[in-house]
Amino acid sequence: MIEVKNVSKTYGAKYVVEDVSVSIQKGKITSFIGANGAGKSTLISMITRLISKDTGQVLIDGKEIGQWKSNDLAKKISILKQSNHTSLRLTIRELVSFGRFPYSQGRLTPEDWTFVDEAIAYMELTDIQDKYLDQLSGGQKQRAYIAMVIAQNTDYVLLDEPLNNLDMKHSVQIMKILRRLVDELGKTVVIVIHDINFASCYSDYIVALKDGKIVREGATAEIIDHHVLQEVYGMDIRIEEINNHKICVYFA
Amino acid sequence: MSNRAKLGSLFGLALILIATYMLIQAGGNWDYVLPRRGMKIFAMILTGGAIAFATVVFQTITNNRILTPSIIGLDALYMLIQTIVIFIFGSSSLFIRNGNINFIICLGLMIVFSAILFKVMFRGEGRNIYFLLLIGLIFGTLFQSLASFMQVLIDPNEFQIVQDKMFASFNNMKTNLLMISLVCFILVAVYLAKYMKYLDVLSLGRDQAINLGVPYDRVVKRLLTIVAILISISTALIGPITFLGLLVANVAYEFLRTYQHKTLILGSTLISIVALVGGQLIVERVFTFSTTLSVIINFIGGVYFIYLLLRENKS
Repeated sequence: MIEVKNVSKTYGAKYVVEDVSVSIQKGKITSFIGANGAGKSTLISMITRLISKDTGQVLIDGKEIGQWKSNDLAKKISILKQSNHTSLRLTIRELVSFGRFPYSQGRLTPEDWTFVDEAIAYMELTDIQDKYLDQLSGGQKQRAYIAMVIAQNTDYVLLDEPLNNLDMKHSVQIMKILRRLVDELGKTVVIVIHDINFASCYSDYIVALKDGKIVREGATAEIIDHHVLQEVYGMDIRIEEINNHKICVYFA
Repeated sequence: MSNRAKLGSLFGLALILIATYMLIQAGGNWDYVLPRRGMKIFAMILTGGAIAFATVVFQTITNNRILTPSIIGLDALYMLIQTIVIFIFGSSSLFIRNGNINFIICLGLMIVFSAILFKVMFRGEGRNIYFLLLIGLIFGTLFQSLASFMQVLIDPNEFQIVQDKMFASFNNMKTNLLMISLVCFILVAVYLAKYMKYLDVLSLGRDQAINLGVPYDRVVKRLLTIVAILISISTALIGPITFLGLLVANVAYEFLRTYQHKTLILGSTLISIVALVGGQLIVERVFTFSTTLSVIINFIGGVYFIYLLLRENKS
């Protein structure tokens, strides 16, 4: 379990994340939603030690992140940020093989390569695994990075806006894969997501942030609610039930 | 051509150039010629390797292929030290005449400077590497301006001596300095060994490196320290020549087209040796010492640098 306790972060005098406490349950997809600048990305970066927190604690399986050895933590929790640009000339397979670094420190064993191949197959990239990253479309690139995180084989997988710049088809594909990661492999997935309909259809638990604080959290069905969303986004959002999914209509 | 074959041919080219350099126009005075030339070759291999290595590591840390470690101001500091000494004590002072003292003091001051810079920059929050580079750049400019200020004030004859120091030269190599440098390099290499594995991952950028379990701040700090030490040693030994690093590192990226540092570092070291030995051959045999090696390196490097900028701009 990931427990966030009273975590704050300030830039200058402004609180970006203020006294946030939340626990993330194992074996579920948890979505962080909220308007731009609500502190979602900052929070997820603090949970994964990409940026330091000013106060508070982040416990992963009961142990403070600062107490973990960096390499051991990399076998426990992985993070994929929204912009993954590299000028390196890498093939998909080479990129995915980096995911095994915490286990093999760069000298991959046959077992490591099995994980790499499985991760590539899981993301349906086997046919193009020897293509270079700069030859790929946005969706393929995103899948390649997710394959790297899968090869890292951590219990917790955190993704910061994994659907950024993807079309509908690839977005659905990626959300389905995340769902399978949870249902089939028993991973715990945390995503920062802007499209509340994806949050509604695929996540188990939703945490809504506003101005650096958690305004609401709860099971998906509780949060996808007219009044709650009004509070989070300040918008009048109609909610329709289609095929047993709650769909928010907010376009006009 | 596989990378192994490419490295092999580079190695072959380096050997041919070294052999040519050693044997050309020897005139039968083997006992005199070979040790002298051997010493220069040894110095070129040592400094060429150090600069190539330092530049590749530096560019990996900064994720930027058009930066060189000289941006943290070590070259400028070297020139400032030389100028101050000549300004205050004159060219006949012990410091200038005795290469050993000069070497030790320059080396010491450059390392102290980098240590202070890193200590201040890496303290507490907000240790952004680009901020460190910016501060280094500003100090570099300050040192350079101070040096030119003193250079215009001193006696023209003294300025000749300063000017001599401005260009890297392999012409007056001293065995004992080479030995000291060699020992330093070996110590650095031993210290470095356990950080080598992180280089490939670091080239993915900070976030990915941390995600993959690299103790980022510690590793980057250690690597930068090593870069500073290597650059200090080679500058104190032969003079400012870090531009060479930019050239060879980029040629290595283009030529080898890989992300693997063990290949890149080996390749850039070999290219560096080829450039230095080849350049020195041209200086000695074509220009008959009427120009210096760093002029040639800087000329070729400068043209290449402009090409890189234009190309980056296009993409």
